[in-house]
Amino acid sequence: MRGMLWLSSLVTVAILLIIVGYIFYKGFRLINFEFIFGDYSPTGGGGIWPMIVTTVYTIVISLAIATPIGILAAVYLQEYAKQGRLVRTIRFATESLTGIPSIIYGLFGAVFFVTTLKLGMSIIAASLTLTIIVLPVVIRTTEEALKTVPAAYREGSLALGTTKLQTLIKVILPSSMPGILSGIILSMGRIVGESAAIFLTAGTVAAMPTSIFSSARTLTVHSFLVTQEAGDIELAAAVGIVLIVIILLLNFSATFISKKLSKADY
Amino acid sequence: MTSAPIEKQNIGNGKSNKRKYMLESLSSKLFLFCALLSVLSLLLIVGFVFYRGSHPFIAGGYSFFDFIFGVDWVPSEDKFGIFPMIVASIYATIGALIIGVPIGLFTAIFLSEIAPKRVRKIISPAVQLLAGIPSVLYGVFGLAIIVPFLQNYLGLVKGQSLLAVILVLAIMMLPTIVTVAETAIRAVPKTYREGSLALGASEIGTIFKVVVPAAKSGIMAAIVLGLGRAIGETMAVILVAGNSLITPTSLTDSVRPLTTNIALEMGYAAGVHQEMLFATGIVLFSFILILNFVLAKISARGAN
Repeated sequence: MRGMLWLSSLVTVAILLIIVGYIFYKGFRLINFEFIFGDYSPTGGGGIWPMIVTTVYTIVISLAIATPIGILAAVYLQEYAKQGRLVRTIRFATESLTGIPSIIYGLFGAVFFVTTLKLGMSIIAASLTLTIIVLPVVIRTTEEALKTVPAAYREGSLALGTTKLQTLIKVILPSSMPGILSGIILSMGRIVGESAAIFLTAGTVAAMPTSIFSSARTLTVHSFLVTQEAGDIELAAAVGIVLIVIILLLNFSATFISKKLSKADY
Repeated sequence: MTSAPIEKQNIGNGKSNKRKYMLESLSSKLFLFCALLSVLSLLLIVGFVFYRGSHPFIAGGYSFFDFIFGVDWVPSEDKFGIFPMIVASIYATIGALIIGVPIGLFTAIFLSEIAPKRVRKIISPAVQLLAGIPSVLYGVFGLAIIVPFLQNYLGLVKGQSLLAVILVLAIMMLPTIVTVAETAIRAVPKTYREGSLALGASEIGTIFKVVVPAAKSGIMAAIVLGLGRAIGETMAVILVAGNSLITPTSLTDSVRPLTTNIALEMGYAAGVHQEMLFATGIVLFSFILILNFVLAKISARGAN
């Protein structure tokens, strides 16, 4: 039995190492300055700068919307709401949103944002779809962060005669900031890794987006399309390296921020 | 003489208090509104998908029975049967579970109970990071390594097959299962282990008879999350599935699960064809709901 446990772990680690190793081995030859910062050329040899820009657009737009809404929603659930049917409904909705597969979000976005709201296949349509995808993540991580603020902070502040809103802005939010920040960074990871929903809402145009209403492809969609259409594993793997490095950096900074800031605070 | 200024001051206070109260009630309404946006989003998504997907059956005279049990999907001839895709999705998910769950759980048990601290400190964060790797890359890896491997060693005409899908999904669910199950197992109080060991049980006996049962609901959650990832995965699956419209009878058949049907055809579908893709989405949606419901029941029973 003990042997089985060792063996399973070995298999898990080996598989995961092989995947990451393979992506790096296959793609590293393509990685250079020109590849990262060069414009895309359909004839080959170009860079992936348009896809990086598109990915950054989707992150910035969807978080610009999801972050304030998510934080305020979490504040309502943790600080304002009385337990009851309304809160249960809201929690049920948030949990259900977490479980919906990305392709269903894509289906919804393709009809609601692209067609009904007439945004067309565009960065903005994809970003709005992504907003709904990350909203539950922001709400949950913010709620967790708010839970860690000691009750004494609230009581101390309120005892000084402040209003609930003042206590929230001056005391509770600042001291839960590290948790909220690392939640936002985790959401970035989720957006960077998303593909199916973006594929159906932003389209596949491989060019530098001229505005947020342009159709464009993100890094993940690019990696998918060069594999599916051209069978270009080497290029897909090179894009994969960029993706993995971004995810690593995001994870690292999330851990760093939550450790550093929480230490400084207490 | 002195009463007038005091009165004035009071009036002033009253005014600023009024503003404070208004701000208070306004802000709490704003917070409530934000919280309700998630409910609104869910209603919009469910509403849109179900409205569009049920339209051909309610208004177009199509038979829902034929849709579920029909084996032909030829949009140009107005034939919409998704039975092969339902079977493909179910087979792929069950297959991935059979491979992924034991390996994932054993790894989680190893990491939380047996692994030396040094080993754990390297593996745990590595697995956590791998949970964040974009799923497309698993598909790229599957197409580059698993598909040719199956083609060469099983002598298949085409390596893109149900088996390839199962393997890719099993690998993809590993990090999710390991991280969630490990957290659950680690949360089991130390006294449980000490009590069992003090009664003379072996370490392995303690793990499987005491610790794992105590972490049952967390382990179930890990499996549900892994399942959700497997049944909803789209882009990685497109690359390795082959996407043929046949009802799979063996592991080496080329398949088209529900998710890939939506992604492959949504780009050009219109009219009834598009509505049928929404209907495919409803079936996928129902699977997720049923799974969550069943497993929630199981874990609730476990907790009792």
